[in-house]
Amino acid sequence: MQDPAITPDLIAAHGLSDEEYDRLLGIIGREPTFTELGIFSAMWNEHCSYKSSRKWLRTLPTDGPQVICGPGENAGVVDIGDGQAVVFKMESHNHPSYIEPYQGAATGVGGILRDVFTMGARPIAAMNSLSFGSPDHPKTRQLVHGVVEGIGGYGNCFGVPTVGGEVRFHTAYDGNCLVNAFAAGLADTDKIFYSAASGVGMPVVYLGAKTGRDGVGGATMASAEFDETIEEKRPTVQVGDPFTEKRLMEATLELMATGAVISIQDMGAAGLTCSAVEMGDKGGLGVQLNLDEVPCREQAMTAYEMMLSESQERMLMVLRPEKEAEARAVFEKWDLDFAIVGETIPEDRFLIMQGNSIKADIPLKALAENAPEYDRPWEAADTPEPLGEVPAIDPIDGLRALLGSANYSSRQWIYEQYDTQVMADTARGPGAGAGLVRVHGTDKLLAFTADVTPRYVRANPHEGGAQAVAEAYRNLSALGAKPLASTDCLNFGNPEKPGIMGQFVGAIKGIGAACAALDMPIVSGNVSLYNETDGTGILPTPTIGAVGLIDHADHAITGTARDGHVALLLGPVGSHLGQSALLSEVFNREEGDAPHVDLDLERRNGEFIRDNHALIRACTDLGDGGLALAAFELAEAAQTGVHLDSDDMHALFGEDQARYLVACNFDQAEALMIAAGQAGVQIHSVGKFGGDTVRFGASEAPLAELSDTFRRSFPDAFA
Amino acid sequence: MRAAVIVFPGSNCDRDLRVAFERAGAQVSMVWHKDTELPAGVDMVAIPGGFSFGDYLRCGAIAANSPICRSVVAHAERGGHVLGICNGFQVLTETGLLPGALMRNAGLKFICHNSELRVETTDSPYTAGYAKGQVIDIPVAHHDGNYTAAPEVVERLQGEDRVAFTYCDNPNGSVADIAGILSENRRVLGMMPHPERAADAGHGGTDGAALFDSVVGQMALA
Repeated sequence: MQDPAITPDLIAAHGLSDEEYDRLLGIIGREPTFTELGIFSAMWNEHCSYKSSRKWLRTLPTDGPQVICGPGENAGVVDIGDGQAVVFKMESHNHPSYIEPYQGAATGVGGILRDVFTMGARPIAAMNSLSFGSPDHPKTRQLVHGVVEGIGGYGNCFGVPTVGGEVRFHTAYDGNCLVNAFAAGLADTDKIFYSAASGVGMPVVYLGAKTGRDGVGGATMASAEFDETIEEKRPTVQVGDPFTEKRLMEATLELMATGAVISIQDMGAAGLTCSAVEMGDKGGLGVQLNLDEVPCREQAMTAYEMMLSESQERMLMVLRPEKEAEARAVFEKWDLDFAIVGETIPEDRFLIMQGNSIKADIPLKALAENAPEYDRPWEAADTPEPLGEVPAIDPIDGLRALLGSANYSSRQWIYEQYDTQVMADTARGPGAGAGLVRVHGTDKLLAFTADVTPRYVRANPHEGGAQAVAEAYRNLSALGAKPLASTDCLNFGNPEKPGIMGQFVGAIKGIGAACAALDMPIVSGNVSLYNETDGTGILPTPTIGAVGLIDHADHAITGTARDGHVALLLGPVGSHLGQSALLSEVFNREEGDAPHVDLDLERRNGEFIRDNHALIRACTDLGDGGLALAAFELAEAAQTGVHLDSDDMHALFGEDQARYLVACNFDQAEALMIAAGQAGVQIHSVGKFGGDTVRFGASEAPLAELSDTFRRSFPDAFA
Repeated sequence: MRAAVIVFPGSNCDRDLRVAFERAGAQVSMVWHKDTELPAGVDMVAIPGGFSFGDYLRCGAIAANSPICRSVVAHAERGGHVLGICNGFQVLTETGLLPGALMRNAGLKFICHNSELRVETTDSPYTAGYAKGQVIDIPVAHHDGNYTAAPEVVERLQGEDRVAFTYCDNPNGSVADIAGILSENRRVLGMMPHPERAADAGHGGTDGAALFDSVVGQMALA
């Protein structure tokens, strides 16, 4: 087949600007071949190059004594003591999931699992953060079903427990849903595998599934806005095969144990191109690939297609040549492809051969490192108008409205479609704050959470960014876990618009400040821009995934409230209704400023919970819906009533930060009050658990009725 | 007591089952599906949950034709014990060691939650540690757990006291609420729920431990 001529239209179709094409010409000194144009497009699109975000990502705190490996590898690596590490990352699969929800979400899970086991870690927990359009939008129901089935279909078969996550609905996501997938794995600290190649003349080995034409150009697709031509993009979505991924993981971990692996990289976005370039670049070497050796599942694939395919369940490895027979036997055992497709070379070249001809010949270092970087103009968000008058409402009616909404009803219908217990180490699954998983064979536990409140980020990017980290910190602390580190998945609109870029910059600054103050460095993550359809962007959604450690199961706070328990509010009494759930769901108003985040207070209150875990029977952080929703959730989980003394709307539904609700017996409450006094922590007795009603001041309703609303609203709307 | 846990490509509860058996005092070896012989002296063969061969074609159908399964069937025919959980139950019906089939859940969705089971018989090495009629809390996690069999087969299973467990609140449409069944000689048990996920305090429930304790204890005495 004749390659097409390099025309301005072809260059534009590859997402390269005139300036970027000139940069390309400067690097190779001649007109590129079609394959070379594809390779540059794949490496330099927003998704792979972070060209709009890199400048700001560099400002994030990424270090700490607990960090073994920060951003830049497939996943972050954090020390959990006793020679073990937790390896984790969160990544978006937004564009594919909107085009083809089942496969888009499934391959999002597959991609993030591969990132984790490529580092030598066996995945032990998964989470997801999902944002859909309005429940009334005609596309929403289909997306919810497809995405949830896709996540379950992949994760359940692979055999990783899904232990947490979040789901939201907002009309700003009508044209762009968000699917952010998180995975964490466990590895020995002395058996972590990295991507930097070393040694000249070392075989480059292709592992896993065969290459097809699926996903060609996927990363470029994911770096553009949507419009009415979206249906034409369906062929750019990959197809997942979790059974192959499971075998690939087992084979890869078995292979690593043989000592055959010099370096390894999964083939994700931009497949063979990105993985080969990364291994060469990090090792200061060139790479030569012979495409005739690449296992293909379709006939007559061109070099262009092979280099840009995003077929799933594939890896690239640099092998110790003396171990070849042993390595090949492992992959044959698992019935997976194992093919030597090239070698490392001393010169700085990315050399692609097919048949007897050179399909691409590019200086590798320049391809990897001279990617464009933009300092996009940005405008700070306007200072929000103060919140106007909010009409009074019966507080139980307010609670009932939240419980009946798509956003605050029980997510049981979703998470029951995920295997939450496979591996038999889940101590707490989804549905109540952070998930909790045992470190297999030890008394230690790891806690996992994913959080962001996009309404806040839109109103006030800095505070909203900080709040996402603070909420993650609280969700971990409420279980008694010490937060260790975070991963970020930054979903925004078109960065070429100064207003959107301003949201991004503000959120990054807030996230950075909070991660530094709360000692939760960012160790991995990704950026998803251009989440826009016909020029309308999503709510800025910087999802924070975080991991915490509990050094002994006895120190975990996993009890439930009981009849007679005291309800204690840790932190200030509620006052802030701006951008609150009540305002949004009941009054359909998204007004006012986001709540302010006091990072010192967050830290002090979180440490107080951890230090006093023995006095706390049950605990939850206060987030959306404030004290009212937190009290209901603790009561509902325990199937006991709760009576709060206050009927004040601000106290009940205010979303002030740095707060927790605690349930404990009277003696424990007394001891906590004394400890709080000594620690300078605010604590208030706000009511008690017991009976069979939920009562706020003089207003009440049967728990059974509210519980029914809470549990039925979601399946009634979506099943 | 020596147990062998069979590992198919796509098995994902193999380790969980091993841990549960070891906890009950068994010696466990993991056996690869391409092997043709069980290790010498194996008393019990356990077929774990998961998605053997991706559940492509039909759940358990490809695994049932794996080389090792000929030895598993021979072991059962010699009067050996076989336990199949979830995908393992599907494999056992595909091999013909147990009657009936597991169809897609009536609700068409994958379901994972704790499920109350009623112990229908204590006349088996697996259920001797429970009381008849006892209600136990055991997780389910499956897409194809809807047990189906011809009416005369169901009648026979019930008549011969071979229904081991029923669901109190049938989650998947199984005929006669059947969650687990025994072979004629009562030494082969297939069940959809996962007792290995409710076998130690860290699981939040231990109702499944008695199954492993019972079978391991009885066979250690035998």
